[in-house]
Amino acid sequence: MAALTYHAPNSIDDAIKILADASLPPKVLSGGTDLIIQMQRPKAPESLVVDVKKIPGMRDAEWSEDGLTLGPAMSCAEFTKRQDIKSIFPGLVEAAYLIGSTQVQGRASLGGNLCNASPAADTIPALIANRAICVIQGPSGTRVVPVEAFVTGVGKNCLEQGELLAALTLARPEPGTADAYLRFIPRTEMDIAVAGAAVSLTLDSRGVCRNARIAIGAVAPTAILVPAAEDILVGERISDEVLAGVAQAASDAASPISDRRGTVEFRRHVVGVLTKRATLIAAERAGAQL
Amino acid sequence: MSEAREYQHIGQRTIRPDGFDKVTGKANYGADLSIPGMIWGAILRSPHAHAKITSLDVSEAEAHPDVFAVATYQDFPSVNAEAVAAGTARKDLFDTAANVLADTKVLYHGHAIAAVAARTEAAAQAALELIQVAYEVLDPVLTIDAAIKDGAALLHDNMMTQGLLEPASAASNIAARMELKKGDIDLGFEAADIIVERSYETPTVHQGYIEPHATTVRFDDNGPSMIWCPTQGHFDVRARVAQLLNMELGQIKVVASEIGGGFGGKTTVYLEPVALILSKKSGRPVKMTMSREDVFRASGPASASQSKVKIGAKSDGTITAMQASLHYEAGAFKGSPMGPGCMTIFTPYDVENMYVEGFDVVVNKPKAAAYRAPGAPQAEFAAEMAVNELASKLGMDPIDLRLKNAAKEGTQTIYGPKLKTVGLEACLLAAKSSPHYQSTLQENAGRGLAAGFWFNIGGQSSVMIHLNPDGTGSIIEGSPDIGGSRASMQMMAAEVLGVSPSTLNPIVADTEHVAYNQTTGGSRTTFATGMAVIEAAEDIVDQLKARAAELWNVTPEQVDYKNGVAYNLSSDERLSLAEICAKAEKTGGQITGRANINARGAGPSFAVHLCDVQVDPETGKTDVLRYTAIQDAGKAIHPSYVEGQFQGGAVQGIGWALNEEYVYSADGVMENAGFLDYRIPLASDLPEIETIIVEVPNSFHPFGVRGVGETGIVPPLAAVGTAVSEAIGLPITSLPCSPPKLLELIMKRG
Repeated sequence: MAALTYHAPNSIDDAIKILADASLPPKVLSGGTDLIIQMQRPKAPESLVVDVKKIPGMRDAEWSEDGLTLGPAMSCAEFTKRQDIKSIFPGLVEAAYLIGSTQVQGRASLGGNLCNASPAADTIPALIANRAICVIQGPSGTRVVPVEAFVTGVGKNCLEQGELLAALTLARPEPGTADAYLRFIPRTEMDIAVAGAAVSLTLDSRGVCRNARIAIGAVAPTAILVPAAEDILVGERISDEVLAGVAQAASDAASPISDRRGTVEFRRHVVGVLTKRATLIAAERAGAQL
Repeated sequence: MSEAREYQHIGQRTIRPDGFDKVTGKANYGADLSIPGMIWGAILRSPHAHAKITSLDVSEAEAHPDVFAVATYQDFPSVNAEAVAAGTARKDLFDTAANVLADTKVLYHGHAIAAVAARTEAAAQAALELIQVAYEVLDPVLTIDAAIKDGAALLHDNMMTQGLLEPASAASNIAARMELKKGDIDLGFEAADIIVERSYETPTVHQGYIEPHATTVRFDDNGPSMIWCPTQGHFDVRARVAQLLNMELGQIKVVASEIGGGFGGKTTVYLEPVALILSKKSGRPVKMTMSREDVFRASGPASASQSKVKIGAKSDGTITAMQASLHYEAGAFKGSPMGPGCMTIFTPYDVENMYVEGFDVVVNKPKAAAYRAPGAPQAEFAAEMAVNELASKLGMDPIDLRLKNAAKEGTQTIYGPKLKTVGLEACLLAAKSSPHYQSTLQENAGRGLAAGFWFNIGGQSSVMIHLNPDGTGSIIEGSPDIGGSRASMQMMAAEVLGVSPSTLNPIVADTEHVAYNQTTGGSRTTFATGMAVIEAAEDIVDQLKARAAELWNVTPEQVDYKNGVAYNLSSDERLSLAEICAKAEKTGGQITGRANINARGAGPSFAVHLCDVQVDPETGKTDVLRYTAIQDAGKAIHPSYVEGQFQGGAVQGIGWALNEEYVYSADGVMENAGFLDYRIPLASDLPEIETIIVEVPNSFHPFGVRGVGETGIVPPLAAVGTAVSEAIGLPITSLPCSPPKLLELIMKRG
């Protein structure tokens, strides 16, 4: 592990100043479950670490009239035990619950999972499906970016020098809305998604889908939305035929790679299966009589 | 021995003596020892799977101020260029030395080339970059097919196949061939009404011990040099290091640290001789550790295999002929467990006509190491899958087919001896009446059953038992404890002495404090070291009687000893063990019992495993629903440990069958060198592994013990493979049954 300079600022403004003035490559530290491993790699450069956990609000989750404001450094363990959040966004909570192990979840955070920008990150598709917004603060003020535009490539995000992910906001969903997230791993835990699918949908009182957001993970350089699958759902009741169409649309949207975790063909097929199954779970949660 | 023998301690579930230290973090493992003045060693590893080293220049590293020493192959006085020129080179050590530090070629990605010792771990790592190596990169040979095809790149230019009918005329990647036969195989197939014939393959897998290799050493010119390391055989570490460094056994002391798993993979040397060279050159203690990635790239693994099996049977289920051809990957140097594979493959069957041939094939992967019943899981997987297919074709219950052909007392094995009393039939009957086999299979599930055999060995063990003046004592043994043997030793000594097991402290002594012990392996320890413990305890009983006799002024024949108390047969006087010890000063000094044995008569252990699985038809993912391991323990000294061995073997075998495999890039780089992507089963992946201990005593052991450590990994491959095959309705011929592979099969089936 190379030498490092460590800061733990007490305010967003201090953090931004340290990040903006950094002469070494700055690294924002939340739980560190990805960052510390990256820094332990041979030949990792000397870096400047800014621990954001002492900044007020960074580890909190607060509801307002409009919805949820989530501190990006809140640990997955704290996040997943919040029944108030789980009752509204059960799929997002499930995604956070799938990261690493119990021990890892004590440190890992949603903001860290997002900024690390792994194609296989579990919470990113679930955040996208729930229309989460990134609140970014930097030397020139505050800007907001939808989650799907935050991640720009494998391991890359849209933060400029000096900028910090200050909060994630999720609008309070309209009645009849529910979400679900599923991933495929060959085991039951302690693994990384071979494919993942998040679905948020809104059903009307007759069980007809009025709104759908579907995002898939680990089958492209970033998590992607699947508008074709959403189009199939909207205006329809959940049926085998609709689900088959959703699965096919998700498979068609995928552009996976073959690697040690799975082949192109496997990932393409399985992401369709997961999308279908997640749709079914979300629909059941939204009150569909199936 | 008496069947109805009553035991006081044997068969109880005592508290393990090593447990407290392990769960509180007090136990000292391989990487836990640091010594004042110690420096750190690091190893430069090959970036190529197959290459000639055209030049190696360590001068810049040697000149660096943080660097104390550099080591290369030329530092092994037993095999270096000087020894070759002088005609004193130890040819039998060439491979061992060249695996530890490469000679003129690198033969796998991660192959050690040179080592440095420096002030800090980071300095040692940094100094590796100062070593200049030039390579001529060669084609990597990564599979058996690639290794044996015409025109294959040769790993060793002068390796001639041993064991051919005609002496080999040209070098080859096939190191050896062997053949075993019994009866007349052609007649056997002529007599058959039905023949099953199929080819199978298994992947390269790792033992997956939790603790990476590590060592701390201190070379000493004036006394024994010290090596501290986690090993299954510290006496063998001593022997190998002594050979490589041209030292006498008495010049080296090896201390076996606490050990975090071995499974056969810690029966060889990697770091120890290198560290001792660095310590000798630098004059300082040296510590070296492997990362998890190093462990995957450069230690273990168990051989990948290809097997062809052909079985003929009468329509009533009588098997008339069994034939196999087995290829095993040895890794970079000869010596796969192809031999035991040939010997074990058909041993569960009493069949007149058998023929097996085996081939030991080198490939550009790490040199294969022993792994729990080395060679048997690969071969018996093929045989048991074919036997299950035969049962299915005959419309016979797989247990009934096996019972009809089961090996038993008097069965002539293909490899030599006739079997003594064995427990295969008892295991099959226990399986048949088990709650698992009687249960109805869930919908869309498949059930598989397989038998397994492993020989077990005895061998040399040395033990001393010292008693203290208050009657407590210590058991000084030399078998590193990888499976709970210290608890068993306590219990066996306590049984003979008639005292509480907890009064006897079992100690795995270093190579100076106890005479030679064979490596912990071959499921030998509870059997052989246990026999030595019993003999040493009996030696103490004789001495206790003599001491009591002296105190009572009678002859030892007039003293009886039972349950920890000596009885004067000519009066009503009695003395407890503790009372005799308290008076030892007056009767000739303190009391030590000892035994140095070469144990014969290890009893083979047979097992039968049952497995139910469900396969997700849309993802190819297999869930194990229920699993039962049934095995003959002879006599279970500590039933919890015996069950633990059954369960551990089953889980490792399930991993081998479902997800474990080395994934290589085309240029021979392992792509999953970590526990994230090398997928051993997690606790949450599996149901509780049910166990049934069968006890068919081994008459050669005072308590009837058979080794139990290894057999348990043999049946799971075919039990799982058959269950998956039943669940998806397709033959399984290739492990692992990973989801992408199963999904492809399912989708092809439509």
